[in-house]
Amino acid sequence: MKELFLILVGSVLVNNFVLARFLGICPFLGVSKKLKTACGMGLAVIFVMGLSSVVTDVIYDTILLPHDLLFLKTVVFILVIASLVQLVELVLQKLSPGLHQALGIYLPLITTNCAILGVALINIIKNYNFIKSLVFGIGAGVGFTIALIIMAGIRERLELADIPGPLKGIAITLIVAGLLSMAFMGFSGLVKL
Amino acid sequence: MKTIILSIIFLGGLGLIFGLILAYFSRKFAVKRDERVEEVLKVLPGSNCGVCGQAGCSAFAEAVVKGEVPPDGCIAGGNSVALKINSILGLKAESQQKEGRKAVLLCNGGSKVKDRFTYSGINDCKAANLILGGQKECIYGCLGMVSCVEACPFGAIRMGEDGLPIIDTRICTGCGKCVDVCPKGLIILIPRSKDTVVRCKSEDKGAVTAKICKNGCIACKKCETVCKVGAITVVNSLARIDYAKCTNCGECAKVCPKGVIEYGH
Repeated sequence: MKELFLILVGSVLVNNFVLARFLGICPFLGVSKKLKTACGMGLAVIFVMGLSSVVTDVIYDTILLPHDLLFLKTVVFILVIASLVQLVELVLQKLSPGLHQALGIYLPLITTNCAILGVALINIIKNYNFIKSLVFGIGAGVGFTIALIIMAGIRERLELADIPGPLKGIAITLIVAGLLSMAFMGFSGLVKL
Repeated sequence: MKTIILSIIFLGGLGLIFGLILAYFSRKFAVKRDERVEEVLKVLPGSNCGVCGQAGCSAFAEAVVKGEVPPDGCIAGGNSVALKINSILGLKAESQQKEGRKAVLLCNGGSKVKDRFTYSGINDCKAANLILGGQKECIYGCLGMVSCVEACPFGAIRMGEDGLPIIDTRICTGCGKCVDVCPKGLIILIPRSKDTVVRCKSEDKGAVTAKICKNGCIACKKCETVCKVGAITVVNSLARIDYAKCTNCGECAKVCPKGVIEYGH
Protein backbone atom coordinates (compact mmCIF):
# COMPACT_ATOMS: atom_id res chain seq x y z
CA MET A 1 0.00 0.00 0.00
CA LYS A 2 2.81 2.33 0.93
CA GLU A 3 4.57 1.60 -2.30
CA LEU A 4 1.44 2.36 -4.33
CA PHE A 5 1.13 5.68 -2.58
CA LEU A 6 4.76 6.45 -3.31
CA ILE A 7 4.26 5.59 -6.97
CA LEU A 8 1.25 7.89 -7.10
CA VAL A 9 3.01 10.84 -5.48
CA GLY A 10 6.13 10.15 -7.51
CA SER A 11 4.29 10.23 -10.83
CA VAL A 12 2.09 13.21 -9.96
CA LEU A 13 4.64 15.53 -8.42
CA VAL A 14 8.22 14.34 -8.37
CA ASN A 15 8.54 12.93 -11.86
CA ASN A 16 5.75 14.99 -13.35
CA PHE A 17 5.48 13.91 -16.96
CA VAL A 18 5.36 17.38 -18.41
CA LEU A 19 7.49 19.41 -16.05
CA ALA A 20 10.15 16.90 -15.01
CA ARG A 21 10.29 14.32 -17.80
CA PHE A 22 9.38 16.77 -20.56
CA LEU A 23 6.96 14.40 -22.26
CA GLY A 24 3.71 15.54 -23.85
CA ILE A 25 4.81 19.11 -24.39
CA CYS A 26 2.68 19.53 -27.53
CA PRO A 27 -0.76 19.46 -25.88
CA PHE A 28 0.75 21.17 -22.85
CA LEU A 29 1.37 24.26 -24.96
CA GLY A 30 -1.48 23.71 -27.38
CA VAL A 31 -4.50 23.17 -25.14
CA SER A 32 -3.52 25.34 -22.20
CA LYS A 33 -5.19 28.53 -23.37
CA LYS A 34 -8.46 28.03 -21.57
CA LEU A 35 -9.07 26.45 -18.21
CA LYS A 36 -12.15 24.57 -19.34
CA THR A 37 -10.54 22.90 -22.33
CA ALA A 38 -7.48 22.14 -20.23
CA CYS A 39 -9.66 20.27 -17.72
CA GLY A 40 -11.34 18.31 -20.53
CA MET A 41 -8.03 17.45 -22.13
CA GLY A 42 -6.64 16.43 -18.76
CA LEU A 43 -9.54 14.08 -18.10
CA ALA A 44 -9.20 12.54 -21.57
CA VAL A 45 -5.48 12.00 -20.97
CA ILE A 46 -6.07 10.49 -17.50
CA PHE A 47 -8.56 8.06 -19.02
CA VAL A 48 -6.35 7.08 -21.94
CA MET A 49 -3.23 6.83 -19.79
CA GLY A 50 -4.86 4.75 -17.06
CA LEU A 51 -6.56 2.38 -19.43
CA SER A 52 -3.65 2.07 -21.84
CA SER A 53 -1.13 1.34 -19.10
CA VAL A 54 -3.35 -1.48 -17.82
CA VAL A 55 -4.09 -2.93 -21.26
CA THR A 56 -0.47 -2.73 -22.38
CA ASP A 57 0.64 -4.30 -19.12
CA VAL A 58 -1.73 -7.23 -19.59
CA ILE A 59 -0.73 -7.71 -23.21
CA TYR A 60 2.93 -7.49 -22.30
CA ASP A 61 2.72 -10.02 -19.49
CA THR A 62 0.40 -12.52 -21.12
CA ILE A 63 1.43 -12.48 -24.76
CA LEU A 64 4.61 -10.60 -25.55
CA LEU A 65 6.77 -11.94 -22.74
CA PRO A 66 5.87 -15.68 -22.93
CA HIS A 67 6.09 -15.80 -26.73
CA ASP A 68 9.33 -13.84 -26.93
CA LEU A 69 7.81 -11.07 -29.03
CA LEU A 70 9.35 -8.17 -27.14
CA PHE A 71 10.38 -6.42 -30.33
CA LEU A 72 6.69 -5.84 -31.07
CA LYS A 73 6.09 -3.82 -27.95
CA THR A 74 6.25 -0.33 -29.46
CA VAL A 75 3.93 -1.25 -32.35
CA VAL A 76 1.45 -2.99 -30.08
CA PHE A 77 1.44 -0.18 -27.55
CA ILE A 78 0.77 2.40 -30.23
CA LEU A 79 -2.05 0.23 -31.57
CA VAL A 80 -3.61 0.07 -28.12
CA ILE A 81 -3.22 3.81 -27.53
CA ALA A 82 -4.60 4.71 -30.95
CA SER A 83 -7.67 2.53 -30.42
CA LEU A 84 -8.31 4.02 -26.99
CA VAL A 85 -7.99 7.54 -28.33
CA GLN A 86 -10.46 6.73 -31.08
CA LEU A 87 -12.81 5.40 -28.45
CA VAL A 88 -12.50 8.55 -26.36
CA GLU A 89 -13.11 10.65 -29.44
CA LEU A 90 -16.27 8.73 -30.37
CA VAL A 91 -17.65 9.00 -26.86
CA LEU A 92 -16.79 12.69 -26.52
CA GLN A 93 -18.33 13.53 -29.88
CA LYS A 94 -21.58 12.05 -28.70
CA LEU A 95 -21.65 13.15 -25.10
CA SER A 96 -19.93 16.52 -25.23
CA PRO A 97 -19.70 18.00 -28.73
CA GLY A 98 -18.59 21.34 -27.30
CA LEU A 99 -15.58 19.87 -25.57
CA HIS A 100 -14.84 17.78 -28.66
CA GLN A 101 -14.73 20.92 -30.76
CA ALA A 102 -12.66 22.81 -28.20
CA LEU A 103 -10.02 20.08 -28.04
CA GLY A 104 -9.93 19.99 -31.82
CA ILE A 105 -6.86 18.43 -33.36
CA TYR A 106 -5.23 17.80 -29.97
CA LEU A 107 -7.64 15.00 -29.17
CA PRO A 108 -6.56 12.67 -32.02
CA LEU A 109 -3.03 13.88 -31.33
CA ILE A 110 -3.12 12.15 -27.94
CA THR A 111 -2.34 9.11 -30.09
CA THR A 112 1.10 10.48 -30.78
CA ASN A 113 1.47 11.99 -27.33
CA CYS A 114 4.79 10.64 -26.18
CA ALA A 115 3.70 10.86 -22.54
CA ILE A 116 1.25 8.01 -23.02
CA LEU A 117 3.68 5.74 -24.81
CA GLY A 118 6.16 6.83 -22.14
CA VAL A 119 3.89 5.56 -19.36
CA ALA A 120 3.51 2.19 -21.06
CA LEU A 121 7.26 1.82 -21.58
CA ILE A 122 8.23 2.99 -18.11
CA ASN A 123 5.79 0.44 -16.66
CA ILE A 124 7.82 -2.26 -18.37
CA ILE A 125 11.20 -0.83 -17.48
CA LYS A 126 10.22 -0.57 -13.81
CA ASN A 127 8.59 -4.01 -13.87
CA TYR A 128 5.31 -2.76 -12.44
CA ASN A 129 2.53 -5.29 -11.97
CA PHE A 130 -1.12 -4.76 -12.88
CA ILE A 131 -2.12 -2.60 -9.90
CA LYS A 132 1.09 -0.62 -9.92
CA SER A 133 0.71 0.05 -13.65
CA LEU A 134 -2.80 1.31 -13.11
CA VAL A 135 -1.71 3.61 -10.28
CA PHE A 136 1.29 4.83 -12.24
CA GLY A 137 -0.83 5.47 -15.35
CA ILE A 138 -3.47 7.41 -13.48
CA GLY A 139 -0.84 9.25 -11.47
CA ALA A 140 0.95 10.28 -14.65
CA GLY A 141 -2.36 11.46 -16.10
CA VAL A 142 -3.16 13.44 -12.98
CA GLY A 143 0.31 14.97 -13.07
CA PHE A 144 -0.21 15.95 -16.69
CA THR A 145 -3.59 17.44 -15.84
CA ILE A 146 -2.20 19.42 -12.92
CA ALA A 147 0.55 20.86 -15.09
CA LEU A 148 -1.99 21.68 -17.81
CA ILE A 149 -4.42 23.35 -15.42
CA ILE A 150 -1.73 25.41 -13.69
CA MET A 151 -0.50 26.51 -17.09
CA ALA A 152 -4.00 27.34 -18.33
CA GLY A 153 -4.72 29.36 -15.21
CA ILE A 154 -1.53 31.35 -15.63
CA ARG A 155 -2.15 31.90 -19.32
CA GLU A 156 -5.65 33.16 -18.69
CA ARG A 157 -4.16 35.76 -16.37
CA LEU A 158 -1.39 36.54 -18.84
CA GLU A 159 -4.00 37.49 -21.44
CA LEU A 160 -4.79 40.53 -19.33
CA ALA A 161 -1.25 41.31 -18.27
CA ASP A 162 0.90 44.02 -19.77
CA ILE A 163 3.62 41.99 -21.45
CA PRO A 164 6.46 43.61 -23.44
CA GLY A 165 5.78 43.33 -27.17
CA PRO A 166 8.52 40.89 -28.19
CA LEU A 167 7.55 38.47 -25.41
CA LYS A 168 3.85 38.30 -26.24
CA GLY A 169 2.21 35.01 -27.11
CA ILE A 170 4.25 31.84 -27.26
CA ALA A 171 7.47 33.42 -25.93
CA ILE A 172 6.05 34.26 -22.51
CA THR A 173 4.34 30.86 -22.49
CA LEU A 174 7.68 29.12 -22.87
CA ILE A 175 9.22 31.24 -20.13
CA VAL A 176 6.32 30.37 -17.83
CA ALA A 177 6.75 26.68 -18.69
CA GLY A 178 10.42 26.90 -17.75
CA LEU A 179 9.66 28.59 -14.42
CA LEU A 180 6.97 26.01 -13.65
CA SER A 181 9.41 23.25 -14.41
CA MET A 182 11.96 24.77 -12.04
CA ALA A 183 9.30 25.10 -9.36
CA PHE A 184 8.49 21.40 -9.71
CA MET A 185 12.16 20.60 -9.17
CA GLY A 186 11.42 21.45 -5.56
CA PHE A 187 9.59 18.14 -5.25
CA SER A 188 12.60 16.13 -6.33
CA GLY A 189 13.63 15.08 -2.83
CA LEU A 190 10.13 14.09 -1.76
CA VAL A 191 10.07 10.47 -2.84
CA LYS A 192 12.93 8.15 -3.65
CA LEU A 193 11.98 5.28 -5.93
CA MET B 1 9.84 -18.49 -38.85
CA LYS B 2 7.72 -19.25 -35.85
CA THR B 3 8.28 -15.76 -34.53
CA ILE B 4 7.17 -14.18 -37.80
CA ILE B 5 3.94 -16.18 -37.95
CA LEU B 6 3.26 -15.60 -34.28
CA SER B 7 3.75 -11.88 -34.57
CA ILE B 8 1.55 -11.68 -37.66
CA ILE B 9 -1.24 -13.63 -36.00
CA PHE B 10 -0.90 -11.69 -32.81
CA LEU B 11 -0.80 -8.22 -34.33
CA GLY B 12 -3.53 -9.05 -36.82
CA GLY B 13 -5.72 -10.49 -34.09
CA LEU B 14 -5.19 -7.51 -31.85
CA GLY B 15 -6.03 -5.14 -34.69
CA LEU B 16 -9.17 -7.13 -35.45
CA ILE B 17 -10.33 -7.07 -31.83
CA PHE B 18 -9.77 -3.35 -31.47
CA GLY B 19 -11.39 -2.76 -34.85
CA LEU B 20 -14.49 -4.66 -33.78
CA ILE B 21 -14.71 -2.79 -30.48
CA LEU B 22 -14.37 0.52 -32.28
CA ALA B 23 -16.94 -0.46 -34.88
CA TYR B 24 -19.39 -1.34 -32.13
CA PHE B 25 -18.84 1.94 -30.34
CA SER B 26 -19.04 4.02 -33.49
CA ARG B 27 -22.47 2.48 -34.10
CA LYS B 28 -23.57 3.04 -30.57
CA PHE B 29 -22.25 6.58 -30.33
CA ALA B 30 -23.07 7.60 -33.88
CA VAL B 31 -23.64 11.31 -34.22
CA LYS B 32 -26.24 12.36 -36.72
CA ARG B 33 -24.67 14.93 -38.98
CA ASP B 34 -26.73 17.27 -41.03
CA GLU B 35 -26.27 16.32 -44.69
CA ARG B 36 -26.61 19.93 -45.68
CA VAL B 37 -23.30 20.68 -43.95
CA GLU B 38 -21.49 18.51 -46.47
CA GLU B 39 -23.33 20.14 -49.35
CA VAL B 40 -22.55 23.64 -48.15
CA LEU B 41 -18.93 22.64 -47.65
CA LYS B 42 -18.77 21.56 -51.28
CA VAL B 43 -19.76 24.97 -52.65
CA LEU B 44 -17.40 26.93 -50.40
CA PRO B 45 -14.02 27.99 -51.80
CA GLY B 46 -12.26 25.57 -49.46
CA SER B 47 -9.23 27.72 -48.82
CA ASN B 48 -9.89 27.91 -45.05
CA CYS B 49 -8.94 31.57 -45.08
CA GLY B 50 -10.94 32.28 -41.93
CA VAL B 51 -12.07 35.75 -42.97
CA CYS B 52 -15.67 34.83 -42.12
CA GLY B 53 -14.59 34.62 -38.49
CA GLN B 54 -15.00 30.85 -38.26
CA ALA B 55 -12.16 28.38 -37.82
CA GLY B 56 -12.35 27.28 -41.43
CA CYS B 57 -14.70 26.32 -44.23
CA SER B 58 -16.13 23.29 -42.41
CA ALA B 59 -16.80 25.34 -39.27
CA PHE B 60 -18.49 27.98 -41.41
CA ALA B 61 -20.63 25.33 -43.12
CA GLU B 62 -21.82 24.02 -39.77
CA ALA B 63 -22.56 27.50 -38.46
CA VAL B 64 -24.50 28.40 -41.61
CA VAL B 65 -26.66 25.32 -41.40
CA LYS B 66 -27.37 26.05 -37.74
CA GLY B 67 -28.32 29.57 -38.75
CA GLU B 68 -25.65 31.19 -36.60
CA VAL B 69 -24.15 33.13 -39.48
CA PRO B 70 -25.85 34.54 -42.58
CA PRO B 71 -25.43 32.67 -45.88
CA ASP B 72 -23.52 35.59 -47.37
CA GLY B 73 -20.94 35.38 -44.58
CA CYS B 74 -18.34 33.87 -46.90
CA ILE B 75 -16.46 36.91 -48.11
CA ALA B 76 -14.10 35.03 -50.38
CA GLY B 77 -16.98 33.23 -52.09
CA GLY B 78 -19.03 36.36 -52.67
CA ASN B 79 -22.51 36.45 -54.08
CA SER B 80 -22.34 33.28 -56.16
CA VAL B 81 -21.54 31.15 -53.12
CA ALA B 82 -24.20 32.93 -51.05
CA LEU B 83 -26.80 32.09 -53.69
CA LYS B 84 -25.75 28.45 -53.77
CA ILE B 85 -25.91 28.21 -49.98
CA ASN B 86 -29.34 29.81 -50.05
CA SER B 87 -30.60 27.22 -52.49
CA ILE B 88 -29.16 24.37 -50.40
CA LEU B 89 -30.76 25.67 -47.24
CA GLY B 90 -34.00 26.46 -49.05
CA LEU B 91 -33.83 30.07 -48.02
CA LYS B 92 -35.16 32.83 -50.16
CA ALA B 93 -32.27 34.54 -51.82
CA GLU B 94 -32.21 37.90 -50.22
CA SER B 95 -31.21 40.17 -53.03
CA GLN B 96 -28.85 42.23 -50.95
CA GLN B 97 -26.20 42.38 -53.62
CA LYS B 98 -23.13 43.17 -51.61
CA GLU B 99 -20.49 44.66 -53.78
CA GLY B 100 -17.31 42.64 -53.78
CA ARG B 101 -14.01 44.18 -52.91
CA LYS B 102 -10.53 43.78 -54.27
CA ALA B 103 -7.10 44.41 -52.87
CA VAL B 104 -4.85 47.09 -54.34
CA LEU B 105 -1.28 48.06 -53.56
CA LEU B 106 -0.55 51.64 -52.54
CA CYS B 107 3.07 51.80 -53.64
CA ASN B 108 4.77 52.40 -56.92
CA GLY B 109 8.36 52.42 -55.78
CA GLY B 110 9.74 48.90 -55.54
CA SER B 111 13.22 48.47 -56.93
CA LYS B 112 13.20 52.05 -58.19
CA VAL B 113 13.62 53.25 -54.62
CA LYS B 114 17.17 52.83 -53.35
CA ASP B 115 18.09 50.94 -50.22
CA ARG B 116 19.45 52.78 -47.20
CA PHE B 117 21.37 49.73 -46.01
CA THR B 118 21.78 46.09 -46.84
CA TYR B 119 19.18 44.04 -45.06
CA SER B 120 20.27 40.48 -44.43
CA GLY B 121 17.68 39.31 -41.94
CA ILE B 122 14.89 36.85 -42.55
CA ASN B 123 12.86 37.41 -45.66
CA ASP B 124 9.72 38.78 -44.09
CA CYS B 125 8.28 42.26 -44.27
CA LYS B 126 7.35 42.42 -40.61
CA ALA B 127 10.88 41.45 -39.55
CA ALA B 128 12.46 43.93 -41.94
CA ASN B 129 10.12 46.66 -40.77
CA LEU B 130 11.35 46.27 -37.20
CA ILE B 131 14.80 47.52 -38.20
CA LEU B 132 14.49 51.28 -38.68
CA GLY B 133 11.31 50.79 -40.67
CA GLY B 134 12.89 48.67 -43.36
CA GLN B 135 15.79 49.04 -45.74
CA LYS B 136 14.11 51.32 -48.28
CA GLU B 137 14.84 55.04 -48.44
CA CYS B 138 11.09 55.61 -48.39
CA ILE B 139 9.82 54.51 -45.00
CA TYR B 140 6.26 54.35 -46.30
CA GLY B 141 7.00 52.13 -49.28
CA CYS B 142 6.80 48.47 -50.09
CA LEU B 143 9.75 46.45 -48.74
CA GLY B 144 9.35 43.92 -51.51
CA MET B 145 9.58 40.78 -49.41
CA VAL B 146 6.95 38.23 -50.12
CA SER B 147 4.80 38.37 -46.99
CA CYS B 148 1.62 39.28 -48.86
CA VAL B 149 2.33 36.72 -51.59
CA GLU B 150 2.62 34.01 -48.97
CA ALA B 151 -0.44 35.21 -47.08
CA CYS B 152 -2.78 35.03 -50.09
CA PRO B 153 -4.82 31.82 -49.80
CA PHE B 154 -5.87 32.04 -53.44
CA GLY B 155 -2.52 32.64 -55.12
CA ALA B 156 -3.68 35.98 -56.50
CA ILE B 157 -0.49 37.83 -55.60
CA ARG B 158 2.84 37.30 -57.29
CA MET B 159 6.09 39.21 -57.20
CA GLY B 160 6.73 41.47 -60.19
CA GLU B 161 10.12 42.20 -61.71
CA ASP B 162 10.13 45.70 -60.29
CA GLY B 163 10.17 44.40 -56.72
CA LEU B 164 6.49 45.06 -56.14
CA PRO B 165 3.77 42.50 -55.63
CA ILE B 166 1.24 42.28 -58.44
CA ILE B 167 -2.32 41.58 -57.35
CA ASP B 168 -4.39 39.76 -59.93
CA THR B 169 -7.78 41.36 -59.42
CA ARG B 170 -9.52 38.58 -61.36
CA ILE B 171 -8.43 36.01 -58.79
CA CYS B 172 -8.57 38.30 -55.74
CA THR B 173 -11.63 37.61 -53.63
CA GLY B 174 -11.20 40.57 -51.32
CA CYS B 175 -10.63 38.42 -48.26
CA GLY B 176 -8.15 40.88 -46.80
CA LYS B 177 -5.50 38.44 -45.60
CA CYS B 178 -2.78 40.46 -47.30
CA VAL B 179 -4.06 43.65 -45.67
CA ASP B 180 -3.32 42.18 -42.27
CA VAL B 181 0.23 41.05 -43.00
CA CYS B 182 1.56 44.23 -44.62
CA PRO B 183 3.43 46.12 -41.87
CA LYS B 184 3.26 49.31 -43.90
CA GLY B 185 -0.48 49.11 -44.45
CA LEU B 186 0.08 49.37 -48.18
CA ILE B 187 -2.71 47.08 -49.26
CA ILE B 188 -6.29 48.24 -48.97
CA LEU B 189 -9.59 46.83 -50.13
CA ILE B 190 -11.55 48.96 -52.55
CA PRO B 191 -14.91 48.38 -54.28
CA ARG B 192 -14.61 46.11 -57.28
CA SER B 193 -16.13 48.66 -59.67
CA LYS B 194 -13.49 51.29 -58.92
CA ASP B 195 -10.24 51.34 -60.88
CA THR B 196 -8.61 54.52 -59.66
CA VAL B 197 -5.80 54.07 -57.15
CA VAL B 198 -3.25 56.49 -55.73
CA ARG B 199 -0.25 54.23 -55.71
CA CYS B 200 1.67 56.02 -53.00
CA LYS B 201 1.41 56.27 -49.25
CA SER B 202 4.27 58.65 -48.54
CA GLU B 203 3.39 61.49 -46.21
CA ASP B 204 6.77 63.11 -46.69
CA LYS B 205 6.85 66.63 -48.06
CA GLY B 206 6.67 66.73 -51.84
CA ALA B 207 10.31 67.69 -52.28
CA VAL B 208 11.51 64.85 -50.06
CA THR B 209 9.35 62.32 -51.85
CA ALA B 210 10.53 63.53 -55.25
CA LYS B 211 14.14 63.04 -54.22
CA ILE B 212 13.83 59.41 -53.16
CA CYS B 213 11.09 58.11 -55.44
CA LYS B 214 10.45 58.84 -59.08
CA ASN B 215 6.85 57.71 -58.76
CA GLY B 216 5.88 59.22 -55.42
CA CYS B 217 3.04 61.64 -54.73
CA ILE B 218 4.46 65.16 -54.47
CA ALA B 219 1.18 66.71 -53.34
CA CYS B 220 0.86 69.07 -56.32
CA LYS B 221 -2.93 69.04 -55.88
CA LYS B 222 -3.57 68.85 -59.65
CA CYS B 223 -5.85 65.87 -59.06
CA GLU B 224 -7.74 67.72 -56.36
CA THR B 225 -8.45 70.57 -58.78
CA VAL B 226 -9.53 68.38 -61.66
CA CYS B 227 -11.88 66.13 -59.69
CA LYS B 228 -15.44 67.30 -60.29
CA VAL B 229 -17.02 65.47 -57.39
CA GLY B 230 -14.41 66.30 -54.77
CA ALA B 231 -13.53 62.66 -54.22
CA ILE B 232 -9.78 63.21 -54.14
CA THR B 233 -8.12 65.41 -51.55
CA VAL B 234 -4.53 66.04 -50.57
CA VAL B 235 -4.00 65.62 -46.85
CA ASN B 236 -0.55 65.50 -45.22
CA SER B 237 1.21 65.71 -48.61
CA LEU B 238 -0.64 62.73 -50.02
CA ALA B 239 -3.58 62.48 -52.39
CA ARG B 240 -6.36 60.30 -51.03
CA ILE B 241 -9.45 59.00 -52.79
CA ASP B 242 -12.83 58.79 -51.10
CA TYR B 243 -14.31 55.77 -52.86
CA ALA B 244 -17.80 56.62 -51.69
CA LYS B 245 -17.65 59.73 -53.87
CA CYS B 246 -15.37 58.56 -56.70
CA THR B 247 -17.19 58.13 -60.01
CA ASN B 248 -14.31 56.25 -61.57
CA CYS B 249 -13.92 58.83 -64.36
CA GLY B 250 -10.13 58.63 -64.42
CA GLU B 251 -9.50 62.37 -64.89
CA CYS B 252 -7.14 62.52 -61.93
CA ALA B 253 -4.94 59.83 -63.43
CA LYS B 254 -4.58 61.88 -66.63
CA VAL B 255 -3.30 65.01 -64.91
CA CYS B 256 -0.95 63.36 -62.43
CA PRO B 257 2.58 64.46 -63.41
CA LYS B 258 4.23 61.57 -61.61
CA GLY B 259 1.99 58.81 -62.82
CA VAL B 260 1.13 57.93 -59.25
CA ILE B 261 -2.57 57.66 -59.88
CA GLU B 262 -3.37 54.51 -61.72
CA TYR B 263 -6.54 54.14 -63.72
CA GLY B 264 -7.62 50.74 -65.01
CA HIS B 265 -5.39 47.75 -65.29
